[in-house]
Amino acid sequence: MNAAGGAFSKSEMMIVAAARELAGQHVCFVGVGLPNIAVNLAKRTVAPELELVYEAGVFGARPARLPLSIGDPTIVTGATAVTSMYELFSFYLQGGLIDVGFLGAAQIDRFGNINTTVIGDYDHPKTRLPGSGGACEIAINARQVFVIMRQSKRSFVETIDFRTSPGNLGGAENAARIRREQGWLGRGPSVVVTDLGIYHFDDDGEMRLDSLHPGATLEAVRETIGWEPRVAPDLATTPEPTAVELGLIRVELDPEGAYTK
Amino acid sequence: MSSKVATMHDAVAELVRDGDTVAIEGFTHLISFAAGHEIIRQGRRDLTLARLTPDVIYDQMIAAGVARKLIFSWLGNPGVGGLNAIRRRIEDADPAPLEVEEYSHFGMVGRYTAGAANLPFYPLRSYFETDLPRANPLIREVESPYGDGVVYAVPPLRPDVTIIHAQRADAAGDTQAWGLLGCQKEAAFAAERVIVVVEELVDEAVVRADPNRTIIPGLIVDAVVVEPWGAHPSYVQGAYDRDNRFYLDWDPTSRDEAAVQAWLRDWVLDLDGRVAYVEKLGAERIASLRPSGSAPSGSVDYGEYR
Repeated sequence: MNAAGGAFSKSEMMIVAAARELAGQHVCFVGVGLPNIAVNLAKRTVAPELELVYEAGVFGARPARLPLSIGDPTIVTGATAVTSMYELFSFYLQGGLIDVGFLGAAQIDRFGNINTTVIGDYDHPKTRLPGSGGACEIAINARQVFVIMRQSKRSFVETIDFRTSPGNLGGAENAARIRREQGWLGRGPSVVVTDLGIYHFDDDGEMRLDSLHPGATLEAVRETIGWEPRVAPDLATTPEPTAVELGLIRVELDPEGAYTK
Repeated sequence: MSSKVATMHDAVAELVRDGDTVAIEGFTHLISFAAGHEIIRQGRRDLTLARLTPDVIYDQMIAAGVARKLIFSWLGNPGVGGLNAIRRRIEDADPAPLEVEEYSHFGMVGRYTAGAANLPFYPLRSYFETDLPRANPLIREVESPYGDGVVYAVPPLRPDVTIIHAQRADAAGDTQAWGLLGCQKEAAFAAERVIVVVEELVDEAVVRADPNRTIIPGLIVDAVVVEPWGAHPSYVQGAYDRDNRFYLDWDPTSRDEAAVQAWLRDWVLDLDGRVAYVEKLGAERIASLRPSGSAPSGSVDYGEYR
């Protein structure tokens, strides 16, 4: 690989594809991990007007380096506003100001419901995961939800072990009714970007593969998903990362390769 | 005005008791590792530890055996991975089970807010159609008395002791902080007793020159501990950066129970306090954590009104 383009890793393709999905968006609630680098790349490329919101209590962050955690001092210096977490969750998120909530996940199902709590039984978990953090209320109150995660049989499952953050529940019709009746502001998940492709959601609420990343195959997708995936009839190929995108990731955002190894 | 300045040893000895609910708050920023280590040194037992993000400090405290219960909303080593000592307690009851009570971030913030405001619960639009209310029956549905639907409620959280770190305070405990404020204010107002740990003790006039920067008044503070670098390996805006190497190194250390106990011996139990800890870190490590440059705020004019 070189900074001028050419070869790129699957992780780099995933981050670039996720960043491009943010074109045209205005206010984005940034989650920990992969969303953090994808959103910071979008701000430097397709969405320069994007307002970065961090759950730690920052609106309009201008991080000069990739934040090491979700509460890095670089998200404060030069930001529009530092708020208490109370203000952030009450006024900004629950008040309806967030266009996109950008989340990661340990498990996801075909309707975009997310588990970040446990693998196995809650009381006697096989693996104890971090839990909700702000994800549960983001999934309910952000106008739409983007997800970025690597695909595997363990992560793309028919039935998630614990529903931490609601997606399209058991299907869109039911989910839309519940969201309306309970006064949720969010419309739910709209994009899932993985290391193999880009999914959007069909009218019935099920994930649909719309684009395959260069080098990825439908066979590889089927091998890493716990259900028979729905594939768009006009399946596209994701355009390769540009030299500019790769340069930003490798030189500016993640020079040590923490997210791209 | 009487001084509340105390040593960390004395503040913890007097204000943190076996069986207490203790909140060391600070969202990735301003985490009082110094207080956590002193609680370990003094051998407190059966604590209920509350924090949105237990972070490495609660992994260390729980490995040291001070707690029987954890109240939290995001259990991880931020930017690195899991909290392995806590995971062993939860997944394998090794060396003993750990009771957990789990919320989302907004739920925890709401709990402190209700605790601080003397309310019976805090209502929020979260938890709908999730498994969280089943995992934690204290998360309950509540009908709006005005007939516009159902929301979820969380109960107030009133810690026996809240410990926060800040940039500066005066001797009376009037405390000023900048950078991420997390829910330190809410957690402090919710608590029975409050310990404030600061980088710098300042004159009351410094506080009064910039009252907008005060997060809590001395009125609710029981002890002021002056402990520079007391938040390491977390950070203090403008003073020092997060020691990311420490967070990365904690991952392999914490996977091995013997290595954790050795770390606790070398860095907590065998030291008599924060000064010795900072000395052990060494001048080079300390210097590497200074901000790469200066970014002062402009000053504002409050005006004089006689």
